[in-house]
Amino acid sequence: MKKQRRVGSRLFMALVFLFLYAPILLMVVFSFNAGNSNVVWQGFSLRWYEALFQDRSIMGSVYTTLLVSLLATVAATVAGTFAAVGFYSMRRRRRNALLAVNNIPMTNADIVTGVSLCLLFVAVFGFWNQFAANYRFTLNLFGTVYRITFPQLSLGFGTMLIAHITFNIPYVILSVGPKLRQMDGNLVDAARDLGCTWMGAFFKVILPEIKPGIISGALIAFTMSVDDFVISYFTAGTSVSTLAMEIYGMARRRISPEINAISTLLFVVVLALLAFHNIRESRAQRAAARRAY
Amino acid sequence: MKHKRSLLALPYVGWMALFVVSPIIMVVIYAFTTAGFEPTASNFTSMGTYVSIFARSFQLALIATVICLLIGYPISYVMAKEGPGFQRVATVLIMLPMWVNFLLRTYSWMAILENNGLLNQLFDAIGLFDLINGLFGTDLTYFRMIRTQGAVVLGMVYNYLPFMILPIYSVILKLDRSLLEAAQDLGANSAHVFRRVIFPLSLPGVLSGVTMVFVPSVSTFAISRLLGGGTHMMLGDLIEQQFLGGAYNPHLGSAIALVMMLIVIVCMWVMNRFGQGEEQAVVL
Amino acid sequence: MSKELIRLSDCVMSYDGDVVLDHINLYINDREFLTLLGPSGCGKTTTLRIIGGFLSPTAGDVFFDGVRINDVPPHKRAVNTVFQKYALFPHLNVYENVAFGLRIPRTETVEQGEKTISRKVKLSRQEIHNRVMEMLEVVNLKGFERRSVSALSGGQQQRVAIARALVNHPKVLLLDEPLGALDMRLRKDMQGELKRIQREMGITFVYVTHDQEEALAMSDTVVVMDQGKIQQIGTPEDIYNEPKNAFVADFIGESNILDGVMRADGVVEIFNRRFPCLDKGFAPDEPVDVVIRPEDVDIVDPGSGQLRGTVTAVTFKGVHYDTIVDFYGFKWLIQTTDFCPTGSDIGIQIDPDGIHVMRKSQYSGLFGDYSSYSEEYDEIGDADYVPDGEEDGHEA
Repeated sequence: MKKQRRVGSRLFMALVFLFLYAPILLMVVFSFNAGNSNVVWQGFSLRWYEALFQDRSIMGSVYTTLLVSLLATVAATVAGTFAAVGFYSMRRRRRNALLAVNNIPMTNADIVTGVSLCLLFVAVFGFWNQFAANYRFTLNLFGTVYRITFPQLSLGFGTMLIAHITFNIPYVILSVGPKLRQMDGNLVDAARDLGCTWMGAFFKVILPEIKPGIISGALIAFTMSVDDFVISYFTAGTSVSTLAMEIYGMARRRISPEINAISTLLFVVVLALLAFHNIRESRAQRAAARRAY
Repeated sequence: MKHKRSLLALPYVGWMALFVVSPIIMVVIYAFTTAGFEPTASNFTSMGTYVSIFARSFQLALIATVICLLIGYPISYVMAKEGPGFQRVATVLIMLPMWVNFLLRTYSWMAILENNGLLNQLFDAIGLFDLINGLFGTDLTYFRMIRTQGAVVLGMVYNYLPFMILPIYSVILKLDRSLLEAAQDLGANSAHVFRRVIFPLSLPGVLSGVTMVFVPSVSTFAISRLLGGGTHMMLGDLIEQQFLGGAYNPHLGSAIALVMMLIVIVCMWVMNRFGQGEEQAVVL
Repeated sequence: MSKELIRLSDCVMSYDGDVVLDHINLYINDREFLTLLGPSGCGKTTTLRIIGGFLSPTAGDVFFDGVRINDVPPHKRAVNTVFQKYALFPHLNVYENVAFGLRIPRTETVEQGEKTISRKVKLSRQEIHNRVMEMLEVVNLKGFERRSVSALSGGQQQRVAIARALVNHPKVLLLDEPLGALDMRLRKDMQGELKRIQREMGITFVYVTHDQEEALAMSDTVVVMDQGKIQQIGTPEDIYNEPKNAFVADFIGESNILDGVMRADGVVEIFNRRFPCLDKGFAPDEPVDVVIRPEDVDIVDPGSGQLRGTVTAVTFKGVHYDTIVDFYGFKWLIQTTDFCPTGSDIGIQIDPDGIHVMRKSQYSGLFGDYSSYSEEYDEIGDADYVPDGEEDGHEA
């Protein structure tokens, strides 16, 4: 009886995984399709990969996506780690209040975050641009006259980056937080007892303890950035475009199979990264278990 | 001292004030004003015309949530019973699709569901249509799946299923095994153990999962555009229209966004009070 | 008139080639308070879990009332368990925790005329209420029904766990180191409580602990285990006064264990001196282990004793002095109310019934010398020390 149940549940899981991966498999398979349809297989070919590397707008958007995700991840990881340490040194009430605010970008619907940031930027830029259009001044420096004008600001890479950082930090904090909570509070006291300054204690004691949290926080932040569409859509304006935005633009017309090619490439890279990370982790876990005896 | 270290958070608090709180304040301001920035409640009252869109969004989100629950709970339960090696692999496999941009994944479903898409091709190949035509005297050559509300629900379930699985899974995983043994010891067979111990203790995870599926489902717009063909408009589409689309009215858009935020706040409060396991859903 | 209730017949338990239980043969009588005693990893908890049904032995059989129950799952056994960490259901209050087992419908076989049919019987609300309240009274927790279990102290949680297990009127109660988390005084009180409950309800208790004082205080029968084998079974007095080998002698109380030779019945030779003793039945000149309890040694003038030694350390323990004395390079522990300063020469006198002779075993030579109190102390300084069974330790 037990065996039947095992087989049944394994089958169920297999079905669900099939469901989850069907479109991805499809995408991978059809990226090698000789024809340009997504439904009719016309033979094996690498033409879409070639075309991909020639397509400026797609490659540009991939570059933009990776750039903004990387920058946002780095900034969010650093800021989030410091913020998390700061939060967990606070008294509980203040910490809970601040954490609640912190969770807003994460739990709020994407579209609300995107739209609200868009409003903010547009309003602020509106004022700024008025100011910049009307005020210019001259600076007299060692005989040369400099005319200073302020640039007009509009939605673009900068605003998108700000938006990404904003919604990434909460994930980092959520990842680092539990590790901080689990950390033995006495460790810092021990370090200071032995002569460390509080900043030194941070780098020498706290940081190594929460490293796993920082790393997984960074990974999640990166995932969220790469996967994002809605927030980028509202904060990037017309000059820059992420991969997701490109696809959305194409969805009205026809989607070029080059998209399949780039997605397959990204997927394979991510798969490799995750596999690597997981193998390292499981090896470390097994080694730790052995050492425990 | 504790005081000093808490200063580390100060820059971020400033950032939050600037980029989290003030945008919300902006939305509130816009929601309650007209184009000329005079205070008004007209934005809210005029939402009455969009009742059908609200209803549709809620309905579809609810259906998607229920389906995710029906699929997700058993999967979480089954996963929690497996060995750690399997669990690790399974967790990665569940999270992996998220690394492929969600538009792409949704788009691939279009290929599957198209009239001449893979599913229909499959049905044709196995003779399903001939069978049905023979039985009912119809002349089907395909099932119309794309550009229906069903497709939108499918898209939602597909994209958000991992968010239902992971919190439930993590809560069940963390259940104290000795509780299950105690229940058995007291005479409960597997069904009883599930009904009286596992299920009640897994509810916090269920709550988190439901919140994390319902909120994005009710506010999605890309999924409805791609898989719904743009004809079944949802809240997300509506808001988008007000900001970047044809009907430019950020005030109305803000009002709708505010309503959406209220829904989220309610869900968030419930989740904070009673939910558990959302941290794990976020951690790889 | 004790009836045999549980029997473990040649039980073997192994994980991945590691033998945790090595041919255990044990029987437990009805209404008996039996304790499985031993150090961590000896197999006592494993044995308990086999009786409870959470583990199935790799080989060997388990009998309950004469019926083989190897494959019977826990929820079908007339056995209940009190878990080490109580395992109280956090989502239920005290009343509901205790009532948990009662709310499960049981299958009863009923004779109806000529047929026996089985049907599911549920206890009525009134019946459940009565039994729960009765049990709460027994464990002294009346009035706590609506409390949340997480708001209770350790001792209170302990008692809820006991009530929950007993309310089903099991034939056997298994207790897995239940008092470990309590502080000393509460533990002593609870020991008395448990003994009282066992007597009053007439239930068989199978108790697991590593605390030998606890075992001696509460049990009718003590089973001493080490490394998956039963070392000795007996009453507390037997185990204490007549340990069978060096391990039991060392584990129970403090003992000086010496290398000796049995010269004849009633005569044993240690340090080349002959001592009269009460043991017999050994072969002439057979090498033996000799146990002398620290409290059985009298201190006399150096000239008039059976042996002569030098005091190397004295510690005041309140009740007595722990005096470490060196005899021919071997350190003894003597517990006495006489103070002998460090460095002084003393003589000792031992009554014949203070000497107990045991057969040699694998444990000979491992224990009994008081140069340190613990093995660990010796191991700590030894960089090359590798204890056996390192790679995959299994908790008892």
